[in-house]
This record gives sequence, C-alpha cells and structure tokens, in this order.
Amino acid sequence: MVSLYRDTGVVLRVQKLGEADRIITLLSRQHGKVRAAAKGVRRTSSRFGARLEPFCHVDVQFYTGRTLDVVTQVETVDAFGPGIVGDYPRYTAACAVLETADRLSAEEGEPALRLYLLVVGALRALAGRERDAALVLDAFLLRAMAFAGWAPAVSECARCGTPGPHRSFSVPVGGAVCGGCRPAGAAKPVPDTFRMLDALQHGDWPVAESMPNTIRRESSGLIAAHLQWHLERQLRSLPLVERQRV
Amino acid sequence: MYEGPVQDLIDELGRLPGVGPKSAQRIAFHLLAAEPADVTRLQEVLQKVKEGIQFCDVCGNVSEETTCRICRDPRRDLSVVCVVEEPKDVLAIERTREFKGRYHVLGGALDPLSGVGPDQLRIRELLSRIGTTLDGVDITEIIIATDPNTEGEATATYLMRMLKDFPGLTVTRLASGLPMGGDLEFADELTLGRALSGRRAM
Repeated sequence: MVSLYRDTGVVLRVQKLGEADRIITLLSRQHGKVRAAAKGVRRTSSRFGARLEPFCHVDVQFYTGRTLDVVTQVETVDAFGPGIVGDYPRYTAACAVLETADRLSAEEGEPALRLYLLVVGALRALAGRERDAALVLDAFLLRAMAFAGWAPAVSECARCGTPGPHRSFSVPVGGAVCGGCRPAGAAKPVPDTFRMLDALQHGDWPVAESMPNTIRRESSGLIAAHLQWHLERQLRSLPLVERQRV
Repeated sequence: MYEGPVQDLIDELGRLPGVGPKSAQRIAFHLLAAEPADVTRLQEVLQKVKEGIQFCDVCGNVSEETTCRICRDPRRDLSVVCVVEEPKDVLAIERTREFKGRYHVLGGALDPLSGVGPDQLRIRELLSRIGTTLDGVDITEIIIATDPNTEGEATATYLMRMLKDFPGLTVTRLASGLPMGGDLEFADELTLGRALSGRRAM
C-alpha cells in the first residue's frame, strides 16, 4: 500500500537531480523540514514545475519513498515569487530569509510551526512591497533567533540581567552588556541602535522606519554577527543582500 | 568493492552529474569490454576538450579559438545580443534558426542561496561590450534569455535595472507562456498568468 501524506509548506531550496528532476526542500506546517524528489519538473511540459520554485507557498501531496519522499501533486497557496523576483533588493533579502529558515530547521520531520508562520509572514511582507526589504529581513532574523532561543538581550544585561539601557553589545555574551560585565572587544553601538533592535523585535515599525541609514546599518551588522555566531557558520546569502539607502 | 583501477574508474564515473553508482558500474564494465581503439579515442577526446577548449573572449561561449565561431561569423547581426546563462543555452537558441544576432554567456544566474552574486557572473563584461562600437555598429538591442525560473527572473530584473540607462538601447525579455502541444486545463496558474499578461494582438 502506497503511503501518501499532504501538507502546506514554503519551498526553501531546490537542487537539480538527474536529467530533469529536482530535490525540493520545504518548510512545512506539520512535518517541519521535508526533502522530496519532484520528477520531471525541469521539463517545460511539467504540470507543477512552476509551483515548486523558491518562495512558493504550496499545498503538496507526497508519497513516502525509500530514501526520499516523492511529490505527486502541488497546488499554489500563495505565489510570492513574482512580487519578490521583480525587485532585486527584495530577492536578496528573501533568499536570506530562506537560507536562515533552512539552517534553523536542521532536523527533517521535526515540526517547526512558529518558524513556518514567520517565514510565510516575512515572504508576504517582502512580496507586498509595503516595507523596506532590509528591515523586514532584520525583523525576521531577530524573531527567528528568538524562536531558536538565541534572542539577543536588548533592554537588560545579557550576563547579570541589570535593566538597561546599556552602552555595549557583545555577541559572545548574548547582547547588551552593562559596564561591569562588558568583556574586552565588545561593540559600542549608539543608543538608537538598541532602540532599533527593540523596535524590530517587537514590530514597532514607525520607530524602525524613522531610523537613519547609519543606525540601520549598525543594527543589521549586529544582527548578522549574532545570528552567524550562533549558527557557527556564515550564511552565503547575507553578504549579497542589497540594502537600499533611505 | 572491485580491485584497484576498476573501482577507481567506477568512483570517478560516479562523480559525474546524473551518474549514480549502478550507472557508473555499467559504464566501467562497458569500457572494460570495449575495443582498445574505442577507449583510446575516448581518452583523446577527453584530453582535447580539457586542453583545447577555452572561453570566447567576446561572449564567454566555449570555443576552440580565442573568439568563438559565432562571434567570428561576419553574417551575424552585430546590433543584437542575446544574453543567456550557460553555453548550452546558446545551442538551444541556435536550434530555433530564428536568431541571427550574437550571444553573451553570463556563466550562471544570480543565486544568493549558492553564494552567486553579480560579481561572480560576466555582467561587467556585458556592460563594457555595450559601451563599445564593433565594425561601426552599436548594440541596439539586448534580448534577456535567462531561464524562466526564480534565479533566471531575478537575473533578468537585475540586468534590466543595469541596462535601462544606456541611451538608444532596447532591452527585451523572451516571452513565456503555454508550451506547444499542451492542454490549457493542465497549465499552472503562474504560466497561464504570464501567458495572459504577455498576450498579443492577432
């Protein structure tokens, strides 16, 4: 008896397989990260090749294979692709969203509902083009890190818990640090950078959007450094994110 | 595991794209049973392709000389350049016999997930090529023929942005829509949507 199952998910990554097939990596609602083979999707005559591109939010039916599950049917839930690829800065930011989601959902088959909802929300915001792509990316990275248990401390000292505001930020310690706990080499961002990080963490868009380029750049740098420290590897897409000046 | 060179051959063949362990074993035993002259010919061709093939200075296509056959051809229209991702795409377009211009091979598509950005592609070479006049002819049209997938579309968007300020240059994109011989009911909504938005008067 063939074992079939169905789930909705976001296509994180596609890899070529053989002549005309692809391996699709999805972040699904119920089954977490799923890797499945999609047969013949690189042919122009494929019935669902266009639905299995990165950024697509799809309803998929799989059958359980011996090594890889196989995609049998696909329906589009949200086509975020056209809204994203038509704008290069949004495309690079969305790629960083997908790569981060892929890294944070390391275990296949382990449900990651909050991360899935966060990815869908971030892609919807990027495709909707209402907010600056770099801000959406930074807000996504901060919240995704919070789900993974690595949220940087912003309003209190990461080591002793003393309420802030503080003047230093240390990635190895875990965020803002007070004068007593400050290790050597800690960064000294301007106070508005802490306000920016707090606004991005809590979705306070009026504050985040009012910040000048220097603050945005500094907070993006701290977020990227914090994320890559905890992931213990560099993200390929982050250096390629094109940040527009406001 | 087979002995020495046989296993080495299977391992090496297994590293080729699309060749799994079973196929590698089948090819290896086919070579083992083949006439020595056939194997020598294959060996010579492999060596020639590695030593004698280079990339065209002008378009980036594979070539036996510093300039490829298409770029050397005087009958080609110098004013139109078709931008493709890979050398195999040149062959695909040549098979149509519809295009008489020349090509520019980017060497891939923008794919941040694989660490490929604008600096890893031959975009700078394309821009400098547009700025120069060849045999008194300016390039007046760029046809972007990157793959109709996410990376290809993003590359087309990026190129469009870079090329829009060149005076007197028309930038076009290959049309996309329904494949010949298909049924409308089986078309996915993305393809059908693009076919509708790109419809033309008859």
